[in-house]
This record gives sequence, C-alpha cells and structure tokens, in this order.
Amino acid sequence: MAEKDYHSHATTGLILREDTIFERSSSGREGYRLPNLEVPEVSPKSLRRSHPAELPEVGELDVVRHFTRLSSWNYSIDTGMFPLGSCTMKYNPRINEEVAALPGLSDIHPDAPAEVSQGALEIIYQMERLLCEIAGLDACTTQPAAGAVGEFTGLALVHAFHKHHGSRRKYVLVPDTAHGTNPASCTLAGYETITLPSSKTGVLGVDTVREAVEKYGRDIAAIMITNPNTLGLFETNILEISEVVHSVGAQVYMDGANMNAIVGMAKPGHMGVDVMHFNLHKTFSTPHGGGGPGAGPVAVREHLAPYLPNPRVVHTDSKYSVEYLPESIGKVKGAFGNFGMLVRALCYIRHHGAEGLRAIARASVLNANYLKHQLSKRFKLSHDAPSFHEFVVSDALQAKVGGVKTLQIAKALMDRGFHPPTIYFPLVVPGAMLIEPTETESLQDLDRFIAAMNDIADRIESGEETFADAPTKTIVGKVDEALAARRPVLSLDDRAL
Amino acid sequence: MSVLDGLRYTKEHEWLRLENDTAVIGITDFAQQSLGDITFVELPSAGSNLIQGETFGVVESVKAVSDLYAPCSGEILEMNQALIDSPEWLNEDPYAKAWMLKVKVSEIKEGELLSPEDYQKFVEESGH
Repeated sequence: MAEKDYHSHATTGLILREDTIFERSSSGREGYRLPNLEVPEVSPKSLRRSHPAELPEVGELDVVRHFTRLSSWNYSIDTGMFPLGSCTMKYNPRINEEVAALPGLSDIHPDAPAEVSQGALEIIYQMERLLCEIAGLDACTTQPAAGAVGEFTGLALVHAFHKHHGSRRKYVLVPDTAHGTNPASCTLAGYETITLPSSKTGVLGVDTVREAVEKYGRDIAAIMITNPNTLGLFETNILEISEVVHSVGAQVYMDGANMNAIVGMAKPGHMGVDVMHFNLHKTFSTPHGGGGPGAGPVAVREHLAPYLPNPRVVHTDSKYSVEYLPESIGKVKGAFGNFGMLVRALCYIRHHGAEGLRAIARASVLNANYLKHQLSKRFKLSHDAPSFHEFVVSDALQAKVGGVKTLQIAKALMDRGFHPPTIYFPLVVPGAMLIEPTETESLQDLDRFIAAMNDIADRIESGEETFADAPTKTIVGKVDEALAARRPVLSLDDRAL
Repeated sequence: MSVLDGLRYTKEHEWLRLENDTAVIGITDFAQQSLGDITFVELPSAGSNLIQGETFGVVESVKAVSDLYAPCSGEILEMNQALIDSPEWLNEDPYAKAWMLKVKVSEIKEGELLSPEDYQKFVEESGH
C-alpha cells in the first residue's frame, strides 16, 4: 500500500494571499470605456443617484488576477478526492460539458415555441422516460432545481392527491437518519414531522412504523425514507414498511440522494415507493455548485401523475408538444428546470447504458466497502453490517486515547491534501464521519486516503499530536468556527470593528 | 459529564428544576458537550405556552441544529434574554447562568421525566 507519498498532495508553495477587490481599488482607475450615446440623454433628477455607487475602481488585469488567485484556492473534485458522504462527489466527465456546450443546446431560448424546440423537448422527454425506467415508476418531471425542491414538489404532489380524495392529513414520518432537508421540506409543505428512531442495526424497524401508523392513522400523509440510508445501509424492511404505510392510504416518498448505490440494480418502484426524487448532480455526474446549478427530477406512480408540475412535454405523431394538466400543482421552476443539467445527465446515462450504470453502482459499493474494511482497523465503525456506497466511522477510539475529536481529524485530513468527509452527520452517531468515495476514485487514491487516516490515528495514539492547530497548510489556517457563527464578519466595515 | 441532584431530566436532554409551582428549564451538561460550541439559541417569549413533549425552541452549534423539547406544560413567565446574546453560556454553565425559561407549571407528566440516577444511566446506556 502507498504509505509513502500522500503528503505530496498538500504542500505550501507559491500560494498568493488576496485582499478583497475593494482593497485593490485605486481612485480613478477603470477597466472599461463606454461608447458615445447614440440617443438623447434623458435623466430625470428624481432617478439620479445622490452619490456615486461604491464599486471597486480597478483595471481589467486587477480583476483577472483577483479572481484567478481566488480560483486557485478552490478545492474541487478536479483537484482531488472529495469523500463527502451522501453528496456523491464523483467525477464530472468532460464529454458532458462538450455536449452541453453545443450551440444548438446552449443558445436556445426557453420560451421558443415548440415547433422550433423539438430537439430540446425530445431531450426532456427522453430524460423523463429514462428516469422512469430507472425508478420503476410511471411519470416524471424534470422541473425541480435541486434535491430539496424535488422533496417539496413530491410532498406537494402527495398533498394534491390526498386533497383530491377529500383527505386532510397532518403528519409525515421521517426516520432519524434522514437528511436535514426532509423535515425542512415537510415544514415548508405545511406538514408536521414525526421522527422515527432507527433500530440498533441502523435501519428502520417495521414495528416502529406500525406503532406510528397505529397512533396517527389516517392523519399520516406520507413517509419519507432514504434508501440506502445515510448510514450506507439498505432499508431491508422497505417492502413491509411500504405495506404498513399504504394500509392507511399514506404515500411512500423516497429520497433518492443515495441512488448511486443501486442505480440500474434495484428499482424503487418495486419497493412500494410512490414518489421519489433524483439528484442529477449526484448519481448522474452533473456539477455540484460552482460549475452549475443542481437538478432534482421527481418520478411518480401513475396515481400521482395528474398533479405533476405544468407544462408537460407530450409525444404524439412523432412530434413533441407542450400540454397543461388541469389538476397540476403548477410550476415549481421555469423552463422545465435547469435544462443544461438535463443535457449533461442524459449524455452520462446514454454514454454508460444500462450495463454501465450497473457497473457504476457495483464499483461505488466496492470502493466504499474496501475503504470501510481498511479504516475499520483503526477507527470505530458505526455499524458492522454490509455497506452500500458509504459508511460511518466515529472518533470514539481517538477521543478515548488522545482526546482528539472528529473536527480535528477532519482538519488534519486537510493538511494531508484531502477534502474531509461529511462530519457530525448522521446525527444518530456521535462524532460521525460519513465517508463516500464514489466509483471514480482509483485504488491508488483510496490507498492514499487510508494512509492519511492511518497517519492521523498513529499520531494521536502515540500522543505525538492532538491537531489542535490544524489545518496549518491551507491558505487560511484554523478558524474559530464558533466566533464566526456568533459574530459573523459580513462586510469590510464589520472587519474594521 | 455532570448530572445534578434535585433536577428532573428528559430523554432529549433538557433539565427541569421546580421552585414551588414554577419550573426553571435548560439543557444538560451532556447536551452541551455533544453539541459542541453553541452559536445560537431561539426561545419563545414570556406569555406563550409550553406543552410537555413538544418542541419549544432551537439550539444551534457548529455541528448541528437541535430542537428543544418541553419537560412540562405551562405558561412562560420569563425568558433568559441575556442568554440569547451570549449562547456560549450554554457551554460554560448549562445548569445555572444558561437557564432558558421560567414556567408557571400547569401539568407535569412525571412518567416522562427521569431522576438524576436514571438520566445518568440513560446517557451511559445509549452508548454515548
């Protein structure tokens, strides 16, 4: 194993400090020249500024250097491993970008009529059909702009369904391992969350669900379940849970954040799921932030299809057109969602094909289990059960021996050239580190990560270091997170105080 | 971790101290330790009502946001306004300076609260 050279990833070299662009400002300097006015100047006094806008006065080169330097501080999947659990930080293939940049796709207007947008509509339509096939469900909308928008949309569909059947319901059941967005979406959609404790084995027990169903009965609108869950465990009781939930007419919502583990291998529709969202920026390799917005399409079973967001793309007589459903919940986002992301995701799915997608799921699970096996020699595993695409270790051993907690371990990883995993989540594991390598990391990179983690464990056990001052090799060293949250510096004026 | 005598506890890690029919409410030393540096606290104002077992506020730390659960029912007489400005008190002195609410008790379901001994046991057994 490559114990030797993980350090080579993190060094302090020619990293340039950078002030804010306002501090580069020099009175009278400009980087632009406006052309002469070709129309008469109309400038009513009432609309004039009383004093000039406080913009930085800088030349073009100042601007270019400022942002280029800042960009060099960024750490991304293109720089190195990013094992942020439940985020699926996989490589974003360059072919996606090439396809999305084609002028016929990047220069079209979202309001262009259907007759001249046949290609774009076909992409949306195909994407919907493929996601339905992957989900094992009947209909799909590509509108939601991200996972949480998908959750909200899904709950709005559930609400519309119950309302249509004359049923007013109050509660949504959410296991305690859920992403924080689940209860937040429930609140936003007007529901109250009932938190269900997961069992000792990390999965949701049927009896726990049955108890809640007996207690709240037909006041339950839905259950929101993530499968595999955020401990990286498959909810083995999902079929029975779905039956129990359906017995009171409630719906099963699946948070598809962790689809990477089962894409092409298992269909949520076969698990009793009625509605789910996908995160295209996770499972289907579109960029996470920075390089582009998210996308959280929602797939549903037939009985929820009448309420899907308008407009819908339909395919008749080899033509694509747009149609409005009378019972739709309305728009959740303009222009069929973030279209550029649909193009990238479609490219990814078509590029891999069904067999390729299955290979992705298998490799993501294999990578996670290899990493888990190696790390379990030095770090406490949260659950000793077969994992899917991610797993949880904690700081229990390091805290006991050297008083070193998860936060310090995460900071020490930064000095070793790795983005830390998700920390202190899921909440059910004290001192959690949720690690998801994804299928795109090579064995060599996994081994470097293991070597870095082992080095941290060694130094804690020998009493050599507590990492109280880590990170030291980053452009900004250790920050006081509590002070930053309590007294945030949000502007130059605050900083002066 | 310190558990004080004379208080009653919830499984969600709030404490309650009875002074005649007034209850003083806060979060436990274990709660502040597991949350880490607390950066924000949101509490209901005097005059509003608590219902035992239901959420009444929020504490936020660098790690997580957590709901607060009422250990009794009743009307809020006083809220610790100074704590809102100095949430770090919850880390420094959870049982005294960082009290959260004073409540005129209308009902306490004793069965849902734990004695100091039982709370200590509960925390140890839940594997923390």
